[in-house]
Amino acid sequence: MQARDELFAHLPEDVVLHRPLDLPAGVSEYEIVEYFKARAAENATWPSFLGAGVYRHFRPVVVDTVASRGEFLTSYTPYQAEIAQGTLTTIFEFQTMICQLTGMDVANASMYDGSTAVPEAAMMAARVTGRHRILAARTVHPEYREVLRTYARNQGMPVEEFGYDPKSGGIDLADLESRLNRETAAVIIQSPNFFGIVEQVNAAAELAHKFGALLIFVFAEAVSLGLLEPPASADIVVGELQSFAISPSYGGPFAGIVAAREKFLRQMPGRLVGQSVDTHGNRAFCLTLSTREQHIRREKATSNICTNQALIALMATVFMTLYGKEGLRELAVQNLSKAHYLARKLQPRFSGPYFNEFVAVPNVPVEEVNRQLIDRKIIGGLPLDRFYPELAGSMLLCATEMSKRDDMDAVITVFQA
Amino acid sequence: MIRKVRKHIVQNEPLIFERSSPGKNGCQLPALDVPLVDPAAALGAQNVRGEIEGFPEVSEVDVIRHFTRLSTWNYAIDLGMYPLGSCTMKYNPRVNELVARLEGLAWAHPYQPEALSQGALRIMQRLAGALLEITGMDAITLQPAAGAHGELTGILLVRALLESRGNPRKKILIPDSAHGTNPATAAIAGYAVENIRSNDQGLIDLEALCKSVTDDVAALMVTNPNTLGVFEENIVKAVEILHAKGALVYMDGANMNALVGIARPGDFGIDVMHLNLHKTFSTPHGGGGPGGGPVAVKQILEPFLPIPCLKSSGDSLTLDYDRPQSIGKVRAFYGNFGVLVRALAYILAHGGDGLRNATVDAVMNANYIRHKLAPYFDLPYPRPNMHEVVFSDDFQSKLGVRTGDIAKRLIDYGFHPYTVSFPLIVHGALMIEPTETESKQELDLFIEAMIDICGEIEKTPELVTQAPHDVRTTRVDEVAAARKPVLRWKP
Amino acid sequence: MNYPADFSYTKEHEWVKVDGNTATIGITDHAQHELGDIVYVDLPKVGANAEAGTTFGSVESVKAVSDIFSPVTGEIVEINESLASAPEKLNSDPHGEAWLIRVRMTGHEEIKQLMTASEYQEYVGAES
Repeated sequence: MQARDELFAHLPEDVVLHRPLDLPAGVSEYEIVEYFKARAAENATWPSFLGAGVYRHFRPVVVDTVASRGEFLTSYTPYQAEIAQGTLTTIFEFQTMICQLTGMDVANASMYDGSTAVPEAAMMAARVTGRHRILAARTVHPEYREVLRTYARNQGMPVEEFGYDPKSGGIDLADLESRLNRETAAVIIQSPNFFGIVEQVNAAAELAHKFGALLIFVFAEAVSLGLLEPPASADIVVGELQSFAISPSYGGPFAGIVAAREKFLRQMPGRLVGQSVDTHGNRAFCLTLSTREQHIRREKATSNICTNQALIALMATVFMTLYGKEGLRELAVQNLSKAHYLARKLQPRFSGPYFNEFVAVPNVPVEEVNRQLIDRKIIGGLPLDRFYPELAGSMLLCATEMSKRDDMDAVITVFQA
Repeated sequence: MIRKVRKHIVQNEPLIFERSSPGKNGCQLPALDVPLVDPAAALGAQNVRGEIEGFPEVSEVDVIRHFTRLSTWNYAIDLGMYPLGSCTMKYNPRVNELVARLEGLAWAHPYQPEALSQGALRIMQRLAGALLEITGMDAITLQPAAGAHGELTGILLVRALLESRGNPRKKILIPDSAHGTNPATAAIAGYAVENIRSNDQGLIDLEALCKSVTDDVAALMVTNPNTLGVFEENIVKAVEILHAKGALVYMDGANMNALVGIARPGDFGIDVMHLNLHKTFSTPHGGGGPGGGPVAVKQILEPFLPIPCLKSSGDSLTLDYDRPQSIGKVRAFYGNFGVLVRALAYILAHGGDGLRNATVDAVMNANYIRHKLAPYFDLPYPRPNMHEVVFSDDFQSKLGVRTGDIAKRLIDYGFHPYTVSFPLIVHGALMIEPTETESKQELDLFIEAMIDICGEIEKTPELVTQAPHDVRTTRVDEVAAARKPVLRWKP
Repeated sequence: MNYPADFSYTKEHEWVKVDGNTATIGITDHAQHELGDIVYVDLPKVGANAEAGTTFGSVESVKAVSDIFSPVTGEIVEINESLASAPEKLNSDPHGEAWLIRVRMTGHEEIKQLMTASEYQEYVGAES
């Protein structure tokens, strides 16, 4: 065997790095833990009333027990079905549960997150309808809409927005109708929307379908699926699963999904796991319909995505099985009760029905409210002027099963000062 | 002789829905400390769903048994080597898992006040600095969620720069040896794809490149070392050709495990590149994700980076959204922070010298395999390889056995297959990348297995063509799965 | 394999049978053999236009997709609906039951440019 230096002798001289990397020397495990503990201590771990697309829900211990198993954590994408039935089976279960929750016929094995699932759905709708215009509600998460615009710009897909009713906080159906035409590929709405309001999904779907457009339904708070009527009139459902035992983790990694009606199956992006048999006739699972994907279709693929957020989707799957049919509903009802307790004292700005988030207007400036809450070691809600200048002075608050009554009472006190 | 594995009984397990029993539940909620709200009253009856039909109802022990049994049907790095080329299946250090779960990091909300998030921001800054030193680039975004996502971000940056100069141009040049995400990405970014043929050494053909680089070309997407594991020795000249025509060069960083500490893409002229944190930087594959695809750029592309960018403000860090030329956001929030934490932990553990040593070991391991298997397998492109080696099944296919069959027989020997039939420029490819993780013992077991299989091909080829035999699940009928797709369980 | 004498053939491995102004188009036995087990066929809608040299659909196996090129120009008047539920027919009877589309041709010049059965037989013999 050659000496180590000979291994790189063939590299052109003008390319090789002739000095060591300017990085500190490697440290011990103890020092690594100390470093990150110090960083963690610089982040507040207080009770929080922030929602806005990332939700605080208790993570059952078993979720990490399962996800930490080396056979799940350190395994590869299940291309070799014979030695990946563990992963493939859990994904098949995941796909099934998403269908059960959303009322759709097929669901994929997950996308990067809810925000990127939105443009994937828009591109799907463009392929299906042969049209290019997208209408997105302003009540869809602002960052989701920004991501949509980034993708759509290069696909020749003009994105137009329609407004919300200032009283109810839900979409303005008249505004939507006035903008729909026969060039519209899809209408995109989110429910509960960014303000926490439950949207009139059927009415929006009816309008979209009247013009031959698809309805894309988005959810950011997955726990709502345990209680709210599934969007049966939608054509494509996308959303974020972070609420299902995924740590907020300063914004990622999360897992998004795309689910749709059977007839759109071949336009779905992302991995799909299908059921089949092995040579002995035993039930077995495998990745399927791969010809949609980048490694085969290359430039004609339905998406360029290569990953599915398998480990994250596994955590969500364990969460869903632990809570189960009744548990998920009970969890959602607790969320509803906590948020309504808080909201009723603060007077929600909007009159529409809301799940676990709502907009309120304090008597003092929102910055002052949050400053006083910080003094009490509580993180308040999101000031809305950042995304909706017309709602300056308003705050978006979220209460979940983790919100304690004492902390909510503190918020109420500060609001009403 | 099969030495790495021996038969053992493995548990059976139905689907979770088939385990269900009405009334069972695995998670208990605390009692409400506020009044219970009636959903129909609060939301309107039409907004409240009926039961979630078919949803599982199981106990905690059911859940533990179910997933534990399923896990035993998986191969994993923790069980042994993955020789998968271009996947860099290295060991996933467990300290990474611990630090990512520290409460202050795991529970941080992306919208919490910056003053209360300095720990998270400092981690991002430290990682960014390290990755810039490793790549030799000027600026970086940690926002993309995976490699392909990074590719899209990178190409959008190219487009933004060219647009600012008056003409986004129309085409991206991609070598025929490229990973499928490259052309798919170009298409999503709104560019047409033109394939560049490799020369007879499997490298970029400079003459062909010269002819193809017109004023319509926005960029060349290149992988270096390429998907044969061979360093593009003409990379500097190739970059010159592109730059002379006002075009840029994008590098797919999938093979960085051959370069860290040895050569820096920024030094050989790359304008923009992505990194795969789940390859080079040890973050776990988790069965298919999550990953992390930071994109590093030269200064000319810096103004276009996705928002927000990290900025120093006095002695604290802030997220800067005031960037008028930014391409916008490629995903909500700031990136796969949990993955960034793991990558930084890996870098801290290794340090500069450690990272270089890892690269040297990775290249050495691949060359050890090449040296030992070269008598048995055809090496279509005999140039020096780096961290991976690509053989073809030429010798074996004459006896009716293909790369896919050999790969399946490898499973009976206790290994995950290598990468089959890729890159496309090699007919019947066997692409092998051991990584620095593997000791001589594991490499020798792998080499011995491959040699034994060659012997089987001569004497008892059906053993190979019908493989695997000893597994719980034999070859799955993928044709039936595609003809009549069943993508969910139904009662 | 017998390539029917009354068909014409393209370099992209399609066959054409002409009946008056109507052309029936399919893929050859060589093509289905190269693809392996066919799992799906993507066909255009009736009424769409076919253009000589342009793709009108694709054929998929598990690991590959092949575009199908039209040898003639004209209006697509019929598609083989049965292939949706039985794509495997393309493997068992590519020259008969598994025809893909029927086109009402605008002219007959394009047909004259194609290969005869014996020319095609030689072509695929040379290719493999």
